Amino acid sequence: MDLQSMTYMVVGATFALYIGIAIWARAATTGEFYVAGKGVHPVANGMATGADWMSAASFISMAGLIAFNGYGASVFLMGWTGGYVLLAMLLAPYLRKFGKFTVPEFIGDRYYSQTARIVAVVCLILASITYVIGQMKGIGVAFSRFLETDYDTGLFIGMGIVFFYSVLGGMKGITYTQIAQYVVLIFAYTVPAVFISLAITGNPLPQLGLGGDVVGSGVSMLDKLDMVVTELGFKDYTTSTMAGKLDMFVYTLTLMIGTAGLPHVIVRFFTVPKVADARKSAGWALVFIAILYTTAPAVGAMARLNLMQTIQVGEVGSVEGNVTYADVPQWFKNWEKTGLLKYEDKNGDGRIQYYNDKNPEMAAKAESFGWKGNEMTKVDNDIMVLANPEIAQLPNWVVALVVAGGLAAALSTAAGLLLAIASAISHDLLKGVFKPDISEKNELMAGRIAMVGAILLAGYFGLHPPGFAAGTVAIAFGLAAASIFPALMMGIFGKKIGSTAAISGMIAGIGVTMLYVFQHKGIMFIPDTAHLLGGAGSEGFKANWFFGISPNAFGAIGAAVNFAVAIAVSKFTAPPPEHIQHLVEDIRIPRGAGTATGH
Amino acid sequence: MSTPDKAAAYWKANLRLLSICLVIWFVVSYGFGILLAEPLNAIQIGGYKLGFWFAQQGSIYVFVALIFYYAKKMGDLDRQYDVHED
Repeated sequence: MDLQSMTYMVVGATFALYIGIAIWARAATTGEFYVAGKGVHPVANGMATGADWMSAASFISMAGLIAFNGYGASVFLMGWTGGYVLLAMLLAPYLRKFGKFTVPEFIGDRYYSQTARIVAVVCLILASITYVIGQMKGIGVAFSRFLETDYDTGLFIGMGIVFFYSVLGGMKGITYTQIAQYVVLIFAYTVPAVFISLAITGNPLPQLGLGGDVVGSGVSMLDKLDMVVTELGFKDYTTSTMAGKLDMFVYTLTLMIGTAGLPHVIVRFFTVPKVADARKSAGWALVFIAILYTTAPAVGAMARLNLMQTIQVGEVGSVEGNVTYADVPQWFKNWEKTGLLKYEDKNGDGRIQYYNDKNPEMAAKAESFGWKGNEMTKVDNDIMVLANPEIAQLPNWVVALVVAGGLAAALSTAAGLLLAIASAISHDLLKGVFKPDISEKNELMAGRIAMVGAILLAGYFGLHPPGFAAGTVAIAFGLAAASIFPALMMGIFGKKIGSTAAISGMIAGIGVTMLYVFQHKGIMFIPDTAHLLGGAGSEGFKANWFFGISPNAFGAIGAAVNFAVAIAVSKFTAPPPEHIQHLVEDIRIPRGAGTATGH
Repeated sequence: MSTPDKAAAYWKANLRLLSICLVIWFVVSYGFGILLAEPLNAIQIGGYKLGFWFAQQGSIYVFVALIFYYAKKMGDLDRQYDVHED
C-alpha cells in the first residue's frame, strides 16, 4: 500500500477510536461537564495528564529544536518536566483540598475578590490562547504533510477537525479519550526512535543509544555529530547554548514555573479522589511524560545526523561530497511540496550544499570550494520528527503512525486548553461574576461560543506564526509563569497576602512580561508595530535584550516582579480577614477533603 | 499536642521536606545541567558528557524520583501528625 492510503487508514482508525471512546464514555457518564475526570485513578489520571500536557510542541517541535540547538534546547527538556516537581509539591495537593473546579475560582475565593477572579480569568485566557496558537501551527504542519497540500490549507483543515472534536463532541469523557491518545502518541514517538537508534548505534533503547557508539566506527554518536556539524560551520552540538548561560537559566525557570501555572494542567489535579492522590498523580504524569522526554534528545540528535549525512554524503569540499539534487531521497521532495523545506541551487552545480554561511570562517572556506551560499534556504524545525522515519527509511506504516501521533498530541492539548478557556468564560466570568442566574444550558452554550472564538483567533495567528510552534508556546508559559503561578503559591504559602496585593502582583507580572514580548516581537506578534513601544521587532534584534534574556524566557522575571509587588503591597494594605486565614490553614491539611464541588 | 499546635508542627515538617526536595531539584537541573555543565562535561559516561547528560536525561529521572519520594514522605507525615484522609 502506498504511503498516502496508509496514512489515511492509520489516521482514520485512530480517529474512529477516539470518537468511539468519546461516545462510550459519554453514555456511561452521568456527571457534569466539569467533573469529567472525577474519581479517576491516579495512574489513569497521570496518563491523561500526559496526553493533555504533551502537545504538538512536545511531539513535533521539540525534537526539531533539539536537533538544531543541541545542548541549548535542554531548556525545553528540563523546563517542561521540572515544573511537575513544583506542581506536586507547591500547588496540586492544596488546590485539590480546596476542592473547586477552576483556577480563577480559587483565586477569587482565596483573595475574597471578584476583581481578583476577573484578573485571573484574563491572565488564563491570554496564556491559553497563546498556547493554542502553537497547537494550530503543529496541526497545520501535520496536515499539510499528510494531505500533501501547502501549510495554509493544512491549517484550515486542522481548524475544522479541532472544531468538530472539541466543540461538538469530546467534552465529556475527555479523560478516556486522552488515555487512548497517550497510547497512540507514545507508540508513534518511540517506535521510530527505536528503529533509528538500532540503525545508528545498534542499541534499541534510544536513551542509551544516544550515549552509544556509531555502529562499526568506535566513535560515539555525539562526538560524531559534533564533528559533522562543526565541520560545516554550525555550532557545536553538545555544548552550545541558544543565547548564553543566563538566558538558559532564566528560560528553564520560566518554563518550569509556567508548567506549574498552566490552568489546563492544574485542573487535572482538582478531580482525583484524594489529596494524597494529587501528589502521586503528578508523579505518574511525569513518568508518562518522561518516556517521551528522555527519547526526544535521541530523536533530535539522530535526525540531525541523518539529515546532515543525507546531504553531505562525502568529504567536505570535494565535489562528490555533496549529494546531487537528482539523487535526493523521496522524503526530501515530499517536504519541498509543503514549503517547509526549500532548496535553491545557488552555484548551479546541481548539487546541494548545506552549511552555515553566517559563520565567516566557514563562508571563506566555502568560497574556495566554489560554493555560493547555503542552498538549504529553509529547513523548518517542525518537520524533523515527521520526516524522521522517512529519512531513516522506515516502513510506510511507521510514517503514517507518526502523523497520527502528532495529530493526537495536538488535538488532546487543544481540547484541554479550549476546555480551560471555555470554563473560564462560561463558569467564572458569566456564571461567577456577571450573570449568576444563567441556566445550565446557556452556560454550556457560552462555553462553546468561547471555544469557537478561540479556534478562529488561534487559526489567524497560525497563519501569521510568530515563530515555530515551541517558540510560540514558550510565550504562553511566560504569561502563565508571570501571573497565575505566583498568585496560587502566595495564596497557599502566604497567609498575609490580601486581595489588593495579589491583584497588583498579577497585573504587574503579566504586564511587564507582555510589554517585553511585544516590544521585541511586535504587538500581538505583528513585527511592524514593535517600534510603537520603542522596540525593534525582528527576532534578530538582540541589542535591547534585558541582560541578554530572550523574550520567550522573560516569564520568570515577570514572576519575580509579581512576587515582589505583591509582598511590597501587602505591607501597606490590610491582611486577609480572619475567615480567609482559616481557609488557608484548612487547605494546608489533607484531612477533610470532600469530593470536589462545582459551585 | 493541641490541634493548632499540631497543624503548625505538621506544616513546619512539610516545609522542611519541601526545602530538601527543592534543593535537589535545583542542583540537578540548574546546577549540574546548566551552571556546572562545563566542568562536568570533562567526565564521560559512555558516549555522554556528564553535564550534557544531566541536562537532557539525568535531571528528568531525578524529577520523577523526587515526586514519588515526596509523596511517600508526605504520606508518612500525614499519618504521624494524624491529618491523613480516611
